[in-house]
Amino acid sequence: MKTLPLILAGLCLGTLLPLSARAAAETNQPIKIGAIFAVTGPPAFLGAPEEKTARMLVDKINASGGVLGRKLELIVKDSGGSPEKAVSFAKQLIEEDKVLAIIGPSTSGETLQIKKLCEENQMILVSCAAADAIVNPLAKYVFKTPQKDSQAATWIYRTMKEQGISKIAILTGNDGFGASGKKQLEELAKTEGIDIVADEVYDKQATDLTDVLTKVKATPGVQAVVNWSIVPAQSIVAKNMKQLGMNIPLFQSHGFGNRKYAEQAGVAAEGILFPAGRLLVVEELPDSNPQKALLAAYKKDYEAAYKEDVSTFGGHAYDAILIVTEAIKKAGSTDRAQVRDAIENLHGLVGTAGIYNFSATDHTGLDLDAFEMLTVKNGKFTLYKK
Amino acid sequence: MKKAEDRRQNQECGTEPRFQTSDFRLQTFRTLLPFALFALALVALQLGLRAAGREYCLTQLTMSLYYAIVVIGLCLVMGYAGQVSLGHGAFFAIGGYTAAVLTTHDFTRYGTSGWAAGMKAAHVLTARDDLYGNPILTASPGAAFCAAMLVTLAIAGLIGYPALRLKGHYLAMATLGFGLIINKIVVGTALFGAADGINGVPEWRLAPGLTVSGRSALRVENYYLAGGLVLALLVLLRNLILSRVGRALQAIHDREAAAGAMGINTAAYKLRAFVLSALLAAMAGVFFTHYTGGIGPSEASAFKSVRYVALAASGGMASLWGVTGMSTLLNYLSLRGLFGSYDNAVFGALLILIVSIAPEGPLKPLGQWLRKPFARSAVERRLEHGAA
Amino acid sequence: MENTSLALQYLLSGVTKGSIYAVVAIGFNLIYSATGVLNFAQGEFVMLGGMVAITLAHYAPLPVAVAGAVVIVALLGGLLEVAFFRKLRRHSVLHLIIITIGLSIVLQEAALHLWDEKVRSLPYFTGNEVSSVKILGAAISPQVLWVLGTVAVMVISLQVFLKYTLPGRAMRACSSNPDAAMLAGINIPNMRTLSFALSAALGALAGCVISPITMTHYEMGAPLAIKGFAAAILGGLGNPMGAVAGGLLVGVLEAFAVSKLPAAYNDVAAFAVLLLVLFVRPHGLFGRPGGESVREH
Repeated sequence: MKTLPLILAGLCLGTLLPLSARAAAETNQPIKIGAIFAVTGPPAFLGAPEEKTARMLVDKINASGGVLGRKLELIVKDSGGSPEKAVSFAKQLIEEDKVLAIIGPSTSGETLQIKKLCEENQMILVSCAAADAIVNPLAKYVFKTPQKDSQAATWIYRTMKEQGISKIAILTGNDGFGASGKKQLEELAKTEGIDIVADEVYDKQATDLTDVLTKVKATPGVQAVVNWSIVPAQSIVAKNMKQLGMNIPLFQSHGFGNRKYAEQAGVAAEGILFPAGRLLVVEELPDSNPQKALLAAYKKDYEAAYKEDVSTFGGHAYDAILIVTEAIKKAGSTDRAQVRDAIENLHGLVGTAGIYNFSATDHTGLDLDAFEMLTVKNGKFTLYKK
Repeated sequence: MKKAEDRRQNQECGTEPRFQTSDFRLQTFRTLLPFALFALALVALQLGLRAAGREYCLTQLTMSLYYAIVVIGLCLVMGYAGQVSLGHGAFFAIGGYTAAVLTTHDFTRYGTSGWAAGMKAAHVLTARDDLYGNPILTASPGAAFCAAMLVTLAIAGLIGYPALRLKGHYLAMATLGFGLIINKIVVGTALFGAADGINGVPEWRLAPGLTVSGRSALRVENYYLAGGLVLALLVLLRNLILSRVGRALQAIHDREAAAGAMGINTAAYKLRAFVLSALLAAMAGVFFTHYTGGIGPSEASAFKSVRYVALAASGGMASLWGVTGMSTLLNYLSLRGLFGSYDNAVFGALLILIVSIAPEGPLKPLGQWLRKPFARSAVERRLEHGAA
Repeated sequence: MENTSLALQYLLSGVTKGSIYAVVAIGFNLIYSATGVLNFAQGEFVMLGGMVAITLAHYAPLPVAVAGAVVIVALLGGLLEVAFFRKLRRHSVLHLIIITIGLSIVLQEAALHLWDEKVRSLPYFTGNEVSSVKILGAAISPQVLWVLGTVAVMVISLQVFLKYTLPGRAMRACSSNPDAAMLAGINIPNMRTLSFALSAALGALAGCVISPITMTHYEMGAPLAIKGFAAAILGGLGNPMGAVAGGLLVGVLEAFAVSKLPAAYNDVAAFAVLLLVLFVRPHGLFGRPGGESVREH
């Protein structure tokens, strides 16, 4: 009988010791953050800079002591833009790696496929994709960092109104980004007083778009063209328009957010108008601009580390990591529910895309001010002045 | 396909050895052995993963098993009928999209009419809440499944009938073109969710305790469901291959002109093999869509179709076990992200290696006896027996 | 725009795309004629030609860069044939096709990791991004004329090569009757290597000349291969003029489809027509009937 209390004591110690050891160890354990990016594959122009930015920022944060005294551990999964891989990796990050939050994915299609999964498992998801459907209808644990497509469309339309344009043609790529843009452009046209007289969707892999532009040219009364797509179509449209002798203004989407795209369109890029984050014209910003310091630092660090032009897409990942780390600091803990609440209470957070103000009803955090209208002059991006 | 008659014919051409009644149990044992082993492997894998605390791997295994169904069906078309199809992803997509559209589209507009009430009673339509708690009226998954099968049957028949008269590269192009047409239609149409695909597809309750769903709590039963489906298919296809239909397909593969001269209706058999494989792909599509809760246009892409062909080839086009094994393994590794950004490169390299070195598949070197129940060529067998 | 110049503009736009498909299809056709293999990696040769030329163009003037790219990719094509196909003659054609599929995947991924995912292009050979040539009220980029010129040069050179030079005639002998060719002392494996190298060279040249129009990036190979394949099949395999005609036809079909249907379905229209042609005339528009089944196994 004496052995029984001994056994019981042993059992208690045996269970409590590892538990306490784990509790002690946890304060020194790194904070795990998962990321799903399309580093390769068709959306690689998004995922590659996002991945590079994420790693760069995490290294920087760790170098200055980490968050709450703990280092960050970034687990990146390359989905290649494939939704079923995104689903598989999301499950891995949730169930196996048990990360605190997931950054990404890079595309709206992938995000929408894992939205329900993350919400059901109460996993914080800070997506780098732009579709409105990601945050509308609202899911408690799902946020996104890029500006809204509707805001980009609004900027385009308001600039058009200032120029006296009312009849337009819209061309969109047949991917998720193009589809989202088409939807926003069509929905906002009435309220902004714009009449869409030609509306075409083209294959994003198209090698030449003179046929679609011929159709637009043949439509009477077209005063401007909006192209909502990604590379290489953005440059092809610009060139083809000039080749066909179409001298009406060309508006692009915020997908034009890399200086290389202007270079590729060469002379044809002159005068293109598009809404974008201020990252691309940071030198022109007045010093009093609240974003200037952050943007200048990001640009300098990125271009030094990777020897390539910075783009607004990488900025989405920057903002996502910033949001998560600031929320952890604000909550003072790594409990997911508390961090989630903290995100919703972030106000005035300066990011690359704009200044974030989240709330229980707004999981995007950015308003129209996040954009500026830019144009191309002498092959460079510059602020568009009315 | 009368069993006794088939067995006698198989014995005559050497596919099955003749036996005495006392050997019956031995023969049955040998026939059932591979399937039993497969079932055992399934269970062992699951228990092993649970013991190792890595039961979440079942997710990727389940997805791979569903993809394997497509490849097994393709094996029938390529390995046995000798027809190359570069568009099978389209059938997976047709099945998946039909199910997805019907189970997510809101039919409430028709909800008040008489036949809608009748359909509700027959469990064709169900009233449920969508992802955000709004009540909608959609088709029940079971009814959607039947619709998907019918649609696939129609399309496969329509395409297969003229396409299968083509040979070799022209057939490859026709199937590739068909796949691309489906892909572009799906991407270009708002009803199919355009580029983002359809999500929010509900679970499918097959029976109490058996629900096709992605929820982690139901992980194990979904794994066994997928594994069970694969096993059932392998049994069915094995019977098919050993029957008169299978022999006819084999004859067509080896020398189509000779087969035709012997009175085999080559066109009809090829069409049947094609349609059956299309139905299998569509079935896999439906189950997969309910499992992951959605589907996207990438499933119909040329890339996916080519990948299925590659998996069939790397498993040895006529070896059902090789195909099942290779495709499950490779897809599993890919879905686990093992190869990271080199996923496609590894895949391509493996493909080249296997087809160059072991075009009959990796299992041939592994053991002839594994393949005995899946006698590949009646003539081959006879020669073996004759020589022995 | 008045109707005739509108129709002409659609036609020219179709010719733009069609010339791109044609220039890819010629390479497909050549390897098929010589070896019976459909080389799915042909699109990657086109891509690699462009990528290599763009890299070389940093260090050398444009013509040198293009020539260099053609030579490098041709060597690569020959090397691939020696490495993967020499030993594999006993494989069925289906297996060979699958190996080319594997090769195309590996080449694409190699390009991704050797370069990166970015989009680049060669400068326009003449003029720039906005220049255009006016023909009866319709406009076309001068680069398209370069593409058409290249197509013409390729076809003519191929015909001359195959008809009047010894290696060319040897290649034709190999394709029409390999056994007799072997008996006549022709080294068949070398002929295959030559045909691969030549096809790769044609692809590389195509990649350079279309680069300013389509932009060059690591993923461009597969869609081009599909369209090139479709063009070669439509025109009828075994006939270089057929490949060109097929390519132009596909391009023009797409352009006129855009004029009538939503642009999203222009591919659907082109492929639907392709399927129809195949069902009605299985050997393509200009192919020879029956010449195909001999090669089947």
